[in-house]
Amino acid sequence: MGWVVFAVAFWLATWFLNAWIARGPHAQTRAAGLLVPVIFGVTVIVVWEALVRGLNVPGVILPPPSAIWVKLVSATDILWEDFVQTFVKGALSGYIIGCGAAFVTAVLIDRSPFLQRGLLPVGNFVAALPIIGTAPILVMWFGFDWQSKSAVVVVMVFFPMLVNTVQGLADTTTMQRDLMHTYSASYAQALVKLRLPAAMPAIFNGLKIATTLALIGAIVAEFFGSPIKGMGFRISTEVGRLGLDMVWAEITVAALAGSAFYGIVAMIEKGVTFWHPSQRS
Amino acid sequence: MNKLLPILTVVVAIMVVWYAAAVGMNKKWALDQAERAGISLSTGALISDTWSQDRPRLPAPHQVVAELWKSTGGMVIKGKPFSKRSLIFHGWITLSATLAGFVIGTSAGILLAVGIVHNKAMDMSVMPWAIASQTIPILAIAPMIIVVLNSIGVQGLIPKAIISAYLSFFPVVVGMVKGLRSPDHMQLDLLRTYNASGSETFWKLRLPSSMPYLFTSLKIGMAASLVGAIVGELPTGAIRGLGARMLTGSYYGQTIQIWSALFAAAILAATLVGIISLIERRMLKRMGAA
Repeated sequence: MGWVVFAVAFWLATWFLNAWIARGPHAQTRAAGLLVPVIFGVTVIVVWEALVRGLNVPGVILPPPSAIWVKLVSATDILWEDFVQTFVKGALSGYIIGCGAAFVTAVLIDRSPFLQRGLLPVGNFVAALPIIGTAPILVMWFGFDWQSKSAVVVVMVFFPMLVNTVQGLADTTTMQRDLMHTYSASYAQALVKLRLPAAMPAIFNGLKIATTLALIGAIVAEFFGSPIKGMGFRISTEVGRLGLDMVWAEITVAALAGSAFYGIVAMIEKGVTFWHPSQRS
Repeated sequence: MNKLLPILTVVVAIMVVWYAAAVGMNKKWALDQAERAGISLSTGALISDTWSQDRPRLPAPHQVVAELWKSTGGMVIKGKPFSKRSLIFHGWITLSATLAGFVIGTSAGILLAVGIVHNKAMDMSVMPWAIASQTIPILAIAPMIIVVLNSIGVQGLIPKAIISAYLSFFPVVVGMVKGLRSPDHMQLDLLRTYNASGSETFWKLRLPSSMPYLFTSLKIGMAASLVGAIVGELPTGAIRGLGARMLTGSYYGQTIQIWSALFAAAILAATLVGIISLIERRMLKRMGAA
């Protein structure tokens, strides 16, 4: 009972603390903007821990954060192996191939408005479909190892990336293109010096969407068959053995990997599109 | 109309590539069979064989369409539209979970967005996490939710609906917050000069101007809900639903079954998103926005 009371009290206390900071004179500062969500996150973890202990929730339903942390530290080697298998081999290789292929396709069809008018609606349509359903087919074609995961990722990231790149390449004004024309720039020169740089914000938008899709694709594809390592494999087998602390540890790793991946792409974007209004503050 | 020809060209090109790929991928099996039977296949016979195998590596489009028809329209004609061999039955299982989850997820998302816009503390503490959550593969939690709920006796529609709900939840929160904040200072000031109360500002300005954003996130949320429901059917070896059809198909090498389930899912997704777009167009037109 004490734990439950503590949880409620802690919740109320941090909530008032956050409300006080948010209403206070320093609400607009960077420190406050960082501190408030951190306090909220810590609150969630503390309340979780306290409620699990206070209400005697069995570990097979919801393990406390402390147990997850213990698992995270003690099973580092397994987690690392799974991370390499799923993220580095499966997701990353598929991400590079898929985004690269989409980019090349977009540049190739750029010269043909006819193909663009045809491919863009088809691409938009396909991007809204549950592409993850191709996973069983691709696993059947490419075998259980990372190649099939990589293939699923390629299929998943291709169309969002294609649509974004094509839209980005169209993102110049007539004035700018006319200027290139008066310089008597060739098609290639106009592409490299004007249209590709102008397309960068849209291209990075596609790249950022694709980071999450890549990780989801690699993990879910492992539910359809995989060698005895990988994050999706570990999640589905440990769930079956009710080893939920391991499952949560994998999810933590997946969350960290996903945010880090996104963060890195966003950082590259900041460097490449430093001129764009959304990056200047 | 000037879009129709290019789209048709692309679709036809995809079909041609598909048929050609079917020949290439199924050739080995056909040749093996012919060799075992001690006959040599002519090119024409080989091609027609690769397009009509029972368990091809890549079924030809007409085989998938035939299977789709056999398991939907064909079942209706036979008078058994809801038998277990019918995709209508499996599609309905998945659709009901999708819709239940979608309704829960979007209503919760809209409520949270309203809270975030009106409460500074909530905004500062929850919003960064809602944005960060979009970079996380939340779908990975799906098997756990299914099994944990299963172990406390909750089965069937609800676990899948929960997965669908949280997948559609975050896009709606982020989109709705953006939408509710979209009125600019000028408009908010105008309502102030009218001495409008907070709720009046909300109902007459913020909510109407958030509609375009809402529909965009509804479409994303709907697609995500469907993916959630399908993935939710995988881990327990479920026997009902489109995801289960894909899984059993992959266990038993029934490629045509996988492809038809995939197409059924695609048609379902396209229909659901299409309905939302239709409502969007109607509604924005009546609001004078489009």
